[in-house]
Amino acid sequence: MGRAASQRRAAWWRAARTYANLVPFIFFALFPFYFMFVTSFKRNAELYNLKAVPFWIQTGAISDHYTFLFQKTEFLTWMKNSLTISVLAMTVSLAIAILAGYSLARLRYRGVASFGTAVFITYLVPPTLLFLPLSQVINWLGLSDSIWALVVTYPTFLVPFSTWLLMGYFRTVPREVEECALVDGASRMQTLTRIVLPMAVPGVVCAALFGFTLCWNEYIYALTFVSQSGNKTAVVGVTADLIRGDIYYWGSLMAGAVLASVPIVVIYVWFLDYYVSGLTAGAVKG
Amino acid sequence: MAVRPRALEALELPPPSGRLSRLREWWEQEHVFGYGLILPALVLLTCLVAYPFGMAIYFSLSDYWVGSPGPFVGLTNFREILGNDVFRQTVRNSFVFTGIALTLKTVLGVWLAVLLARDVRFKRVLRGAVLLPWVIPTALSTLGWWWMFDSLYSVVNWTAIHLGLMSAPGPNWLGQSNYAMTAVIVVNTWRGLPFFAITVLAGLMSIPREFYEAAEVDGATSRQRFWHVTLPLLKPVLAVVVLFSTIFTFSDFNIVQVLTRGGPVNTTHLFATLAYQIGLQGGNLGQGAAISLFLFPMLALVVFLQLRYIRKE
Repeated sequence: MGRAASQRRAAWWRAARTYANLVPFIFFALFPFYFMFVTSFKRNAELYNLKAVPFWIQTGAISDHYTFLFQKTEFLTWMKNSLTISVLAMTVSLAIAILAGYSLARLRYRGVASFGTAVFITYLVPPTLLFLPLSQVINWLGLSDSIWALVVTYPTFLVPFSTWLLMGYFRTVPREVEECALVDGASRMQTLTRIVLPMAVPGVVCAALFGFTLCWNEYIYALTFVSQSGNKTAVVGVTADLIRGDIYYWGSLMAGAVLASVPIVVIYVWFLDYYVSGLTAGAVKG
Repeated sequence: MAVRPRALEALELPPPSGRLSRLREWWEQEHVFGYGLILPALVLLTCLVAYPFGMAIYFSLSDYWVGSPGPFVGLTNFREILGNDVFRQTVRNSFVFTGIALTLKTVLGVWLAVLLARDVRFKRVLRGAVLLPWVIPTALSTLGWWWMFDSLYSVVNWTAIHLGLMSAPGPNWLGQSNYAMTAVIVVNTWRGLPFFAITVLAGLMSIPREFYEAAEVDGATSRQRFWHVTLPLLKPVLAVVVLFSTIFTFSDFNIVQVLTRGGPVNTTHLFATLAYQIGLQGGNLGQGAAISLFLFPMLALVVFLQLRYIRKE
């Protein structure tokens, strides 16, 4: 009786310690978002009052910073650009990566191992290494300062990533299923699209989600290849075009950052488990 | 052999004859099909990764400016860069930044993963919250940090002053060199921690429970269990994550560009931000390309170690 009670107390203490340790981490992770959110609804008078407590809104929430975004800036155009670019680049990359991933994971031919290595190496090449020459390639292609510059360049980091991710999923499809289909007279392409692909749907969803997120969040290419305000993505529009000289702009800046993050947050909340599994698969299988 | 014709009949395919069927037969060969499927990816990566990489080398060896291709000048760009104080400062910054941020991310990431692996309630919500900084566009969340480190209205300073930890007005985070570096490192750690925690967590989950039970029977304390069971078994996962993060921390652009633009007085410049400033804003593509090529040795090292690790698996 006494032993059970002390054991229970020990378990309770351990749980309490775990939560107490977790609190600072969660606070660290979430506070910046909370603070951005709160800031975006504050009156300027309160924002720039050193005596006001910064953690919450004291003099009433306002939506002026948001209406400013819609009426005085090209925010909606930036959002539309981001959406178009992300969907197009993600779709094209996914198609290329499904073919490449299947080829590398399942087919036997000379050079397949070195192709796999090449894809893996390009997966590790950081965009910051190539943005200068790429800006010239974009110029020569006549795509500079248009959203097509980004639709064309985003697959350079999406395809290696998605291929690598999908290879892991294709390998989990049993070989026998495929061989049965081939023996039954299905063509190789039919085997891929009707047999293997349906069994790797979680992988495809995962690659699509990550692809969309990576495109939406991309910064250096979007900053470098596009300069006309009407062609900018949401991330670059908000970080570059909302800052106007010495005028106080923090409210609308935070409002822009919050709104431009909304699509990603919505997708994230819906598909949380895919993000977790994709993140670990992408790195650990690498 | 007997199965095939019957299956073909069942699918109502035309009998094999003519040029089309010969083409189909050719396409159905495993190696032809294999090359065919990899071709689009290969073309893309050759044109938009390998070719620009070659161009980067060409730029770095010539006096190339935006809009005016210049003559071949050999290693002049590299010589000029290496003699430049700003560049040397950038090299120092990059190693300090990467070294400290990576250490913080590794230590805190393992710690957080161990906490999340315990039997806690709201597991899914907690993981979701932890991963959020990694999912939200970095450039946008860095704007939030910029505001938090504001020279006048910094919430960090406000809190520290009101807790009596700091005397007013507190440091100008983004305007003083060491503080600016601290700020940039804090934001990078904040952004990268989820990746470490969630990946290490997956590694932790794959450690069989029996190992811990055996250690417990042997009378190991929880500290001993961590150092002698958990950590050695985590090593492979940790190696991959650290290598991966090394290259992406070393080549970071977003955080520094939004938060400090390399300032104050170049004390937070990294290779990428300096290359952007000189190559794009200054128009000196030759030198800019040379600067970003300094990322290459680190990339090569990481690729080499990763590949060796994969082969060993």
